[in-house]
Amino acid sequence: MGNILLEMKNITKEFPGVKALDNVNLTVEQGEIHALVGENGAGKSTLMNVLSGIYPFGTYTGDIVYKGEVCQFQKIKDSEEKGIVIIHQELALVPYMSIGENMFIGNEQLGRFGIDWDKTYAEADKYLKMVGLEESSRTLIKDISVGKQQLVEIAKALAKHAKLLILDEPTSSLNETDSKALLDMLLRFKQDGLTTIIISHKLNEVSYVADKITVIRDGSTIETLDNQTDEISEDRIIKGMVGRELTDRFPKRPGVQIGDVAMEVKNWTVYHPQYEDKKVVDNVSINIRKGEVVGIAGLMGAGRTELAMSIFGHAYGTNISGELYLNGEKVELRTIKEAIEHKVAYVTEDRKGNGLVLSNPIKINTTLANLSSICSKHVIDKDKEYQVAEEYRDKLKTKCPTVEQNVGNLSGGNQQKVLLAKWMFANPDVLILDEPTRGIDVGAKYEIYCIINDLVAAGKSVVMISSELPEVLGMSDRIYVMNEGKMVGEMSGAEASQEKIMAAILRS
Amino acid sequence: MATINFKEAIRKYTMAIALVIVIIIFSVTTNGTILLSQNINNLLSQNAYVFVLGTGMLLCILTGGNIDLSVGSVVAFVGGIGAVLMQRGTNAFVAAIVMIIAGGLVGAWQAFWVAYVNVPPFIATLAGMYAFRGLANVVLQGYAVSISNKTFLNVFGGGADCYVPDFFGGSGLNITCMAFGIIAVLVYLFIQIRGRVSAVRKGYSVKSAGGFYAQSVIISVVILFLSYKLAGYKGIPSSLLWIVGVILLYFFITTRTKIGRYLYAVGGNEKATQLSGINTKRVYFFAYTNMGILTGLASILTVARAASAQPTYGNMYEMDAIGACFIGGASAYGGTGSVFGTIIGALLLGVINQGMSIMGVDANYQKVVKGLVLLAAVIFDVLSKREKK
Repeated sequence: MGNILLEMKNITKEFPGVKALDNVNLTVEQGEIHALVGENGAGKSTLMNVLSGIYPFGTYTGDIVYKGEVCQFQKIKDSEEKGIVIIHQELALVPYMSIGENMFIGNEQLGRFGIDWDKTYAEADKYLKMVGLEESSRTLIKDISVGKQQLVEIAKALAKHAKLLILDEPTSSLNETDSKALLDMLLRFKQDGLTTIIISHKLNEVSYVADKITVIRDGSTIETLDNQTDEISEDRIIKGMVGRELTDRFPKRPGVQIGDVAMEVKNWTVYHPQYEDKKVVDNVSINIRKGEVVGIAGLMGAGRTELAMSIFGHAYGTNISGELYLNGEKVELRTIKEAIEHKVAYVTEDRKGNGLVLSNPIKINTTLANLSSICSKHVIDKDKEYQVAEEYRDKLKTKCPTVEQNVGNLSGGNQQKVLLAKWMFANPDVLILDEPTRGIDVGAKYEIYCIINDLVAAGKSVVMISSELPEVLGMSDRIYVMNEGKMVGEMSGAEASQEKIMAAILRS
Repeated sequence: MATINFKEAIRKYTMAIALVIVIIIFSVTTNGTILLSQNINNLLSQNAYVFVLGTGMLLCILTGGNIDLSVGSVVAFVGGIGAVLMQRGTNAFVAAIVMIIAGGLVGAWQAFWVAYVNVPPFIATLAGMYAFRGLANVVLQGYAVSISNKTFLNVFGGGADCYVPDFFGGSGLNITCMAFGIIAVLVYLFIQIRGRVSAVRKGYSVKSAGGFYAQSVIISVVILFLSYKLAGYKGIPSSLLWIVGVILLYFFITTRTKIGRYLYAVGGNEKATQLSGINTKRVYFFAYTNMGILTGLASILTVARAASAQPTYGNMYEMDAIGACFIGGASAYGGTGSVFGTIIGALLLGVINQGMSIMGVDANYQKVVKGLVLLAAVIFDVLSKREKK
C-alpha cells in the first residue's frame, strides 16, 4: 500500500443549469477498497461516470491521473483498456443470453472462424469459479437470481482484466447473506491486489469493507476518512453526508393507540403462477391492528412480496387459498379494484417498474389509483386533481417545481413520496409498504418514516416489508419473520433484535 | 406561480410552427395559389379521412406504440357494405349507422384478440388488413358501386352540394360560414377566459399572461381566417362538421375522461396501471374497438366524397394515419401524444401533398418528400428529448 493508483484532481462537471461536480478530489491507493458515500444526487455516480469515460474528456474540467499518467478517456473502451471497469447499479445483462455470452459481449473470444464458443465458455467458467458462482456458463441469465447476476457482472469485469473495479450500489438488490458474501469476496480480491471503489448507501457495509471512505455532498468532497486511524461510526459518516447530526434515525411515535384487529389473514397459501405445483406462500397467518406498524423481515425470495401481492386482490399467484378478514368480516378480494374498494393498498417495491408512470406528471400519478373520487360521471375535474396533488405535495414535502413535473425527472426519494401519495389518496385502512426506502438517501428515509408514523397516528395500519433489518427493528411494533414461504417467527418490536430475526430464519 | 417559458412553448409547438413555415413556402412557390378558397376547401375535405383515422390511431398508439394496420382495408370493406345497401335502396342514415356498427364490430373483433388473447396488435391487424381487403372484394363482387343517394352525399361530403346551406343567401361571401366562425371564436374565448379566471381565483399555476393572450389571438385568427376563406368558396363543407365533431369529442376524451387517462397510463407503464386497480385489457379493447368505429366514419366520408365504393379504396390509409400521429409528436413507445398534435401532423402531410401537386411535382417525388418529413419529425422529437436529459 501507499502507492497511489488513481488521482482525480479538481473535477468539475456541469450539466445544463446544474453543477453536478464542483472541484472534486479523490485519491485511491493501490490495493485498497475505497468507499464513496453521499446522499442521492450528491454526485457519486457522476464522478464515476467521468472516471470511466461515459462522460468523455472535454465535457468536464480537471485531471484524471491513473498510474502516474494523465488520462483522457473518450469512451468506455478507453478506460477498460487501462483496467478500469465499472459495474452499474442497474445490471446490464441480456436475459435471454447465456452467462458466458453475456460475460464476453464486446470482448468476444475469436477463433479462426468467428467466435470460438468452446473457448468462451471455458474462460467464462474459469472466472465464475473465481467469484464462487456455481452455475454453468451456459445457463441463461433469466434463470438465475439477481444475487447471482451481480456475481456474473463481477466475473465479467474480471474477464476484462480489471485492475480498478468500480461498483455502484452492488448490494442494493441483494439480501443480507448475499451482500455479506459479495463483500467478503471483495476483501478476498483485495488480497490479490485488486483495487475497488464501492458506492453504497449501506453504511454498515461500508464500515465493514472499506479502507477509506470519501464523503461527497452536493457535488463536493467533504472529507476522506481512514478506517484504520479514524474512529468511524455510522453516525460519524451520516454526519458528513447530511452535514448535521442525525441523532435519531427513526422518529419516535409517542402515544399512538393500538386498536382492534384491522386485517387478519388465515392459512394463506399461494402457488407460483408458472410452476403451478410450487408453493410460494405456505399456510401463513398474520394479523395487524389499527395504529400498528407490523414489519415483515426475511431474506430475498422468502415470499414476502408474493404474500402481500396475493392479499392485494390476487395480484400475484394462482390457486390462492386461505381466509381474509377485514375488521372482523370475511372478505374475498379477487381483483385489485376490489382490494382498493375494501381499503387495502399495496405500495410496490419497484417504483419505476410497477409503481409510477414516469412519463406522466406528478398530479396524474397521484390520482391514478382513485380517479373516481375526482370525477363526476367519468369526467375528470382538473381543478380538483390539481388541488389533490398540491395537498399531497405539501403533506409529504415532495421537492418539485410544480405538480405538472414528470415523475421521471424526480429523484428516487421524491418518486417514492409520489408513490406513497398515490396510495394515501386511495384512502386505505391497511397499507402494505414493500421496501419503502429502497435506494433512497438517509434524509428521505427519515421523512418516509415520519409519514408512516403520521399514518398510524391517524388510525391506519401499516405492514412494512423490508430487507434492512435496522429499519424493521426501528420502526415496527411487531415483527413477523418469513422464510421460504413460511412464517417462521413473530416477536414484539421491543424484544426483537437482529440476532433473533436471523436465528428465526436459520432455525427454520 | 409558475410560468411556461418561451423556449418550452417553442418546443411544444414546433410542428405547428413548421406547418406555418411550410404554408408560407408553398404560398411563395405557388404564387399564393395554395391559399385560394377552393384549395383550402379541398385540403380539408380531401384529408377528412386522415383526421378521423389519425385520431383513432392516436388512441392505439398511446397504449404503447401499438398501431392498427387494417384500417385501409376496413375502409374499403365497410364502404362496400354501405354502397351495396344504398344501391338496394336503403335509407342514407340507416346505411351510415350500419357502416359505423360494421366498423365497430370489426374493431371489436380485432380488439378481442389484442386485449384478451394477447395477440400482438401488429399481427392481429395485419391479419385484418388481408382479410378485410378480401372481404371488400367479396362484398362488392370486385366491381365499383356508385352511390347516388343525394342525402348521403350532401351530409357526408360528396357531390356538388355537400355544404352547409347559406341561410342568409348572401351573394359572394357565405354569411352562414362567417357566422359559424365568429360564434366559434366567441365560444372558444369564453371557455378560455372562464377557465383562466377560475384557475387564478383558486390560486393554481397558469400560463403567463403573454402566452395566454398570444395563444388566444392566434387560434381566433386561424378560425376566422379559415371561415373567411371557406366563405369565399361554397361555405362550410359538410365533411368539416364531422372532422370538427371528432376532434372536439376526442380532445375531450383524451384530456378529461377516465378512459383517456388510462390510455396514457397504460402506454406509460402498464404494470403500474394494473396495480392501480385498472383493467388494462379493457383499455386495449376500448382503443381498438374505437379505432373500428372511427374507421367506419372515415369510410363513410371516403365513399361519399368519391360517390362510389371500390375494393381498392383506402389503400395505405393506415400509413397516413400513423404518419400524422408520429409527426404530431406521439411517442412510438406510447404514453405521449395529443389530438392537437395529430391534427397538425395530418395538416402538414396534407399541405405538403397539395402544395407539391399544385407545383406539379412528380407524384413519386411527393412520396419521397412525405417519407423524409416523417423521418425528420421523429428525429427532431428524439433529439429534443435527448437535449432535455
